[in-house]
Amino acid sequence: MDLTLKIWRQADRKAKGRFEIYSIKNISPDSSFLEMLDVLNEQLVRDNAEPVAFDHDCREGICGMCSLFINGRAHGPDESITTCQLHMRKFRDGDTIVIEPWRACGFPVIKDLIVDRNAFDKILQAGGFISVNTNSVQDGNAIIIPKEKSDEAMDAAACIGCGACVATCKNSSAMLFVASKVSQLALLPQGKPEAVRRAKAMVAKMDELGFGGCTNTGACEVECPKNISLAHIARLNREFLLANLKP
Amino acid sequence: MSNFLNSSIGKKFLVSISGLFLITFLLVHLVVNSMILFDSTGVLFNQAAHFMGTNPIIKFVEPVLAIGFILHLLYAGIVTLQNQQARPVDYKKQHSGNSSKWASRNMFILGSLILIFLVIHISNFFWKMRFTGHELLEQGSTDGVENAYLLVTSLFIDWWWIDIVYVLGAVALGFHLSHAFWAGFQTLGLSNIKWRKRLDFLGLLYSILVAGGFALIPVWVKIASML
Ligand code: SF4
Ligand code: FES
Repeated sequence: MDLTLKIWRQADRKAKGRFEIYSIKNISPDSSFLEMLDVLNEQLVRDNAEPVAFDHDCREGICGMCSLFINGRAHGPDESITTCQLHMRKFRDGDTIVIEPWRACGFPVIKDLIVDRNAFDKILQAGGFISVNTNSVQDGNAIIIPKEKSDEAMDAAACIGCGACVATCKNSSAMLFVASKVSQLALLPQGKPEAVRRAKAMVAKMDELGFGGCTNTGACEVECPKNISLAHIARLNREFLLANLKP
Repeated sequence: MSNFLNSSIGKKFLVSISGLFLITFLLVHLVVNSMILFDSTGVLFNQAAHFMGTNPIIKFVEPVLAIGFILHLLYAGIVTLQNQQARPVDYKKQHSGNSSKWASRNMFILGSLILIFLVIHISNFFWKMRFTGHELLEQGSTDGVENAYLLVTSLFIDWWWIDIVYVLGAVALGFHLSHAFWAGFQTLGLSNIKWRKRLDFLGLLYSILVAGGFALIPVWVKIASML
């Protein structure tokens, strides 16, 4: 496949970025999107040019590092996958592919296609945990949890923190991410004691870091590689409203 | 409380609760207006309008409704402005249509259209009935029941473009409601995987009924006058 790539290049946080156009030839349709970028970077290094910086780690869809806005969609044209799981056969020979970084106030660009997603860690630090004593291992069966609850908590826990929800949302809202983190704990008895404080603290942090409010467009759910459901956002709303009723 | 209203969810709570209240109001409003369709003598509609203008409970709800409107507009405006600031640099290319419905992304524009329509609508009828009065209202009025039917139907018969404005207003309202119904419940936390489908379906029915009903009235009146 021969392709034209339109890629956002930005030297550092402060620099003014711009789109650069690259041509790339002989790409196998069976290669992954990131492998295609590897080929481009080898070509750039050979030409003594600066390679394109992009995030990746596991390349098997579980770490959430890869983060590209490809042809107008987070993680590209496929649904329910991360960028590293996207293959070039989804494109056609001769296509022009526009590649941009996540765009959000809460995710400033560090370099080229890499954005700073520390905001997610800060939201987690605000309340995405439970406080337990270490060293005394408890009997796993001592706390009984209904199967449906544990399944739902597990579904919420599948969030890999990739940020596609924020990237795709017209409001750059982090609600799906925060909802999955609140939900996975709110559903389980171990999460109950800190539920009130957690919902308040995490929502306050999310607002403070410049993410927008959810207007229920549902775009996040469609683009989320882990299919996190909007039902978790309803639970977050519920948790937050109830938390505010309590003194 | 101020913490709550400063939070994004707190503001949306107000948008949602006031919106659901307006949704209830629209249904009542449609029921009253549909009397125009069911009785071409206008007696039924005139009585219904008289009841709405004089009943103490309705009188009490009226200012609550006005406050509901203002809260809805105000907080929807604040949320929209803040949300716009959340993405300082826009994408060069974004295909939103693949992942969300048009109405859900354009609630503010639809809401603004509805507001423009509302100003026209209030100045056409409510303002005259409640404050300034109108000669048509007096014609053939009995026992203090004003002839609201005549005021409404003459406007729809005499000005064809007013009919078009009303139909367009109803269409904008329909799209707004198609997203608003489920979203209102979702923001209050009253939805889950099962109920989302049900609420979506109810919302679709509701918006077709309301938009269709309101659009039908001017068209019906106009066509009936030409037969
Ligand atoms: S909710 Fe989905 S899209 Fe958002 S960070 Fe988690 S995995 Fe990524
Ligand atoms: S690189 Fe780990 S999910 Fe894509």
